[in-house]
Amino acid sequence: MDFAAIFKAAFALVVGLDPGFLAIVGLSLRVTLTAVLIAGLIGLPLGAALALARFPGRSVVIVCLNALMGLPPVVAGLFVFLLLSRSGPLGPLGLLFTPTAMIAAQVILVLPIVIALTRQTVEDLWSEYRDHLRSVGLEGMRAIPTLLFDGRFALATALLAGFGRASAEVGAVLIVGGNIAGYTRTMTTTITLETSKGDLPLALGLGLVLIALTLAINAVAFGASRIGARYAG
Amino acid sequence: MIATRRLLLIAGFSAAFAGLALAQTTTVAPPAAAGTRFITVSSTTSTQDSGLFGHILPLFQARTGIEVRVVSQGTGQALDTARRGDADVVFVHAKAQEEKFLAEGFALERKPVMYNDFVLIGPKSDPAGVAGTKDIVAALKAIQEKGAPFVSRGDKSGTHSAELALWKVAGIDLDQKKGSWYRDIGQGMGAALNTAGGMAAYVLSDRGTWISFKNRGDLVIAVEGDRRLFNQYGVMAVNPAKHPHVKVNDGQAFVNWLISPEGQKAIADYKIDGQQLFFPNATQAGA
Amino acid sequence: MRDVTSILPLSLESISFLGEGRRLVDAVSLVVPAGGVTVLLGPNGAGKSLMLRLCHGLLTPSEGHVHWAASATGRAKRHAMVFQKPIMLRRSVEANIDHALAAAGVARMERRERAQAALRRFGLSERARQPARLLSGGEQQRLAIARAWSLRPELLFLDEPTSQLDPAATWQIEELLTGLVAEGITVLMSTHDLGQAKRLADRVLFLHRGRLVEDSLAAYFFAEPQTIEARAFLAGELLW
Repeated sequence: MDFAAIFKAAFALVVGLDPGFLAIVGLSLRVTLTAVLIAGLIGLPLGAALALARFPGRSVVIVCLNALMGLPPVVAGLFVFLLLSRSGPLGPLGLLFTPTAMIAAQVILVLPIVIALTRQTVEDLWSEYRDHLRSVGLEGMRAIPTLLFDGRFALATALLAGFGRASAEVGAVLIVGGNIAGYTRTMTTTITLETSKGDLPLALGLGLVLIALTLAINAVAFGASRIGARYAG
Repeated sequence: MIATRRLLLIAGFSAAFAGLALAQTTTVAPPAAAGTRFITVSSTTSTQDSGLFGHILPLFQARTGIEVRVVSQGTGQALDTARRGDADVVFVHAKAQEEKFLAEGFALERKPVMYNDFVLIGPKSDPAGVAGTKDIVAALKAIQEKGAPFVSRGDKSGTHSAELALWKVAGIDLDQKKGSWYRDIGQGMGAALNTAGGMAAYVLSDRGTWISFKNRGDLVIAVEGDRRLFNQYGVMAVNPAKHPHVKVNDGQAFVNWLISPEGQKAIADYKIDGQQLFFPNATQAGA
Repeated sequence: MRDVTSILPLSLESISFLGEGRRLVDAVSLVVPAGGVTVLLGPNGAGKSLMLRLCHGLLTPSEGHVHWAASATGRAKRHAMVFQKPIMLRRSVEANIDHALAAAGVARMERRERAQAALRRFGLSERARQPARLLSGGEQQRLAIARAWSLRPELLFLDEPTSQLDPAATWQIEELLTGLVAEGITVLMSTHDLGQAKRLADRVLFLHRGRLVEDSLAAYFFAEPQTIEARAFLAGELLW
């Protein structure tokens, strides 16, 4: 294994700005960011509601959610696959082997993380804020906007965790996307494909690019939340 | 002080959103923009990994304007995908399985397209002593007798079916003789070659994947040229009577193009390092 | 001459609060009329904090009733509370006030005016844009009071407002409270600091083990405590 070749491959990919490669990176980002966005829109309010609500079976729900954070991506992929296959209940939509299907699978992967971490964050914040918020009349679900806003930096981390899980996984997008060249081929499925073609330098080169991208996104988010956290105390 | 911090914060968030927006716009650009005419073809890993599709599909699209989205799986899985109605066309290489598919009514006819052949790949050290021979059956017997490591795809693919058929011809009942030497990995062709390279094992591969495979290490061709290693590819359009939503016309157009002189020439023209990978034979009766 | 719709007097009718199988507040009845500073005095665990929370509505009495002269629930309830450890939202000083006003249903334009007024009134204008959680302890408590004041309460509850502050900050807060009373705001506060009670109180409610043991004008209470418990407490003996 020639490590010089690996870095050369990675470098050529980035510097060459090959349109095919850019399309793959773009699709990966689009699928994952959209999935995280959707999971955030659903998961943040839901996690906050779960933090504040008291109902029988609540701890069962929490344990299940925590367990779902470790859901194997392949299982999520298989679930969406069976749902979207022409022979499945949502078959008529014709969504199997499309980016939309990949987004759906990744939402399923990211949602438990967002909900579980949001619940934890909001619950901690609520125990600190409870007296004051109730004093000014923000009880129950009316307290959610305040808690989500004040937990924004911790919640950004939750979304980042979701982003990390979604961008790194290959099992689910491979099953529901089909790894179609130029259409549903993401960075991780390309890595799988190139590995199976025996082009290990290219595969690892792509891996380096993926790592660099994840690193950049994390750095920006971390910087923003550091500055923000200092601002908000 | 505070003002700068706030500015930085805003800048950070806007950068993130700009990134998101960019991701949205750049991905609308690739050829697969929504709204184009396309068909979904379920095919094998060998056609994909060998790079054949990368060569012929742009030619087909240029001719017809139809984009072909290929989902590459093992032959068995590819046929199942079509059975569920998730593909318009299947393009695989396991005649017995294809004929079963036909008999079940999932397709109305099967067209032969091309062939290549299988080769037995093995380590340079050649523990079974079969290198350079031409009799695949004798080679398999030697491997089993000496307990030399052998990697099997084990994924119901065309190559896997061919391998199982050859063991049968050799009179070796795998259920009885299967030992630690026989390693069933349940993965695609490329993965099987990678594994064989890693374990200094023998493996049956289609020639196309082997030629385009880049991580050969110590692997070389041990056995080739036996007529029983012949590997025929066939194509079928999914029967709309089974799945009304399939794109009959565009799917049939792809089938017709593959077996047309133009398509056959495109297949013959695909070469790696001067070696032809697939040999068109649409006109050969009974293939 | 009181506004006819005043929420005061506040009357507690034999309220009790049970927790962990014990009567943490035990059959307390009292009336808080408008005006002045009423101090809840007593050792730790006497139930002072619980009493304030029961009055403010953060807790519901297990038995008995809290009765206001006019409606004092909902968004504009006209009584506010300041806690022992100031609860600062993760926002700027001004945004902390704005948030409380928004919660009370005040319109945006008016919120800004009232927040600015509160900042000026409590000397926090300079700090308006700073993160509230980075203020010093004394400033945080000042902001908590400003925030409560912006809600225009008739009655302000304070739970040991200076127990975590140094003497200088404590003195500042006491000055502020005196000013609030001069404005006509009624104050009901708890403390276990005898000196503070002597400096501020017009009336003392002495609590011991959840029971209201003495209820008298401050001058009488400090001069002639009527019960053994109060005498012991004033003498600085340990009480439990």
